[in-house]
Amino acid sequence: MGFIFGAGFFQSSPVLVAIVVGGLVAVVSGVVGVFTVTRGLSFAGHALGDLGATGGSGAFLLGGNQLWGFVVIAAVAAGAIELIGIRSTRGRDLATGIVLGAGLGIAALFLYLDTSFSNTTGASVTILFGSIFAIQSSLVPVMVVLGLLSLAIVLTLYRPLLFSGLSPDMAAARGVHVRAIGIAYLAALALAVSLSAMTVGAVLSTALLIGPAACALRVTRRPGVAIVVAAAIGMLAVWLSVLLAYDSYYWPPGQRGWPVSFFVVLVIFLVYLLTQLRPRAWADRHLARTQSTSPRLADP
Amino acid sequence: MTVAAGGDGEILRLEGVSVWLGGRQILDQVSFALHRGEVTGLIGSNGAGKTTLFRVILGLQPTTSGQLWLGGRTDPGSRPVIGYVPQSVPLDPDLPLRARDVVGLGLDGHRLGFPLPSAVRRQAVDEMLRAVDAEGFADARVGRLSGGEQRRVLIAHALISRPRLLLLDEPLINLDIRSEHEVVELLARIAGEQQIGVLISAHDMNPLIPVMDRIVYLAAGRAASGTTEEVVKTEVLSQLYGRQVDVVRVRDRVLVIAGSDEEPADDHEHAHAVAHPGLV
Repeated sequence: MGFIFGAGFFQSSPVLVAIVVGGLVAVVSGVVGVFTVTRGLSFAGHALGDLGATGGSGAFLLGGNQLWGFVVIAAVAAGAIELIGIRSTRGRDLATGIVLGAGLGIAALFLYLDTSFSNTTGASVTILFGSIFAIQSSLVPVMVVLGLLSLAIVLTLYRPLLFSGLSPDMAAARGVHVRAIGIAYLAALALAVSLSAMTVGAVLSTALLIGPAACALRVTRRPGVAIVVAAAIGMLAVWLSVLLAYDSYYWPPGQRGWPVSFFVVLVIFLVYLLTQLRPRAWADRHLARTQSTSPRLADP
Repeated sequence: MTVAAGGDGEILRLEGVSVWLGGRQILDQVSFALHRGEVTGLIGSNGAGKTTLFRVILGLQPTTSGQLWLGGRTDPGSRPVIGYVPQSVPLDPDLPLRARDVVGLGLDGHRLGFPLPSAVRRQAVDEMLRAVDAEGFADARVGRLSGGEQRRVLIAHALISRPRLLLLDEPLINLDIRSEHEVVELLARIAGEQQIGVLISAHDMNPLIPVMDRIVYLAAGRAASGTTEEVVKTEVLSQLYGRQVDVVRVRDRVLVIAGSDEEPADDHEHAHAVAHPGLV
């Protein structure tokens, strides 16, 4: 065991914060991410994360914690996406891309100013690529509450979210308030992305949001199971990465741990590659089954 | 005033319904009625106002003038459940929804939270899948089914809430001839068995002719309704279009030739004439 869990792993308070907060954030991102992928909002979700860099660097400039910068900018950007209200995927992607470009331009200025004032590049790395071990323990309760809030929104709206994602017209005909559901979902997405940006960084928050969900969709065709699988993949990836990062202290070049975010992205990518191998056989099995029943359907 | 205007078995009545959208008149004084157990075809070319008319019936599109009775009532508060299958439901192959999940969403998809597993719910879903001959692919991902299979699943979705009125927007579009035939037969059977009113929109009336009890013909926002024999005549359609229109019968098929500046109502379906022998 000592070989796997490096000395002092379970006694280190940054490690415990990373395990608790990182695990929760991964669960939230995984659950929210399933709907991000099925609703065709992957690019919007990615943009909300990237724009976090603008908010995070701005907050840093003002002397605040980057968490609030992430949350505020994600909420504003999500509101903008909803207000623009473009229903065609291409139109939405274009608007998202333009807003994203402008936001990142501002982030470039803020990060430049941050490093000029503080005379260190630490802020840039923290904001862009995260620092799960540097989360202040005073922020833990806030992050837990925000994470549970995001989770509560999505789980409460589970059925209408699936329904309006399947077809907004059919859901509206059945009495679902499609617009209200969409707004509530964007709020949950903005929270999930902000928390994710805190742990793996603004740029890499996509990995936690889209990666586990994409893996889950490959291995199950049940919506409820997809949510559980995505949450589990995300959580295990983060925990494994925390462990690897802790142990990497003794790896070359030595006396400096490797970034957790690197391991998170790597683990999720490897899991995704694994899931690509399996479903072919499942699809074939389904094909064989439909063919065996089709002659009956042809009967008059 | 919420008293029914019509007589026996009347589910839906429109009187002089007009809709203006962005300075254009989409529907002009449309009046017709739908009855229990009957299949009605809503026929018109693209842009004739078919989808707008559906949205009016569903309460998603406000009318500029006119009156609408659903189950004999006009007040929107007591609006009964209407089954609806829109024209285009793009389903991604990786969508984590089985055919039975889609049908289940028709039952309680508007409610909050998770569906609790119950024998009653499962039985209702199974029964509806059986009614549309979809048991064979009940557990398959809905996005991987063929166009005809997806149509049947969506019809089951619309029917499971036990509506008295079923609206289908262009259900035959992009289907091969066999699937088209299966869907038409299924809809006719459902209308009879469950005694509901079925309104099917189509740009080509021919696949529907064998099962259609009534027709509502839309052209430039105006409607003519009645039996096929009453409506699909040179005089009636010429008056509707406001210019000379020719109704031509070739074997079992009806072609409406609406002048040189507009395509015939069934522009790309001529090959079907041979493939539908003896349907009329």
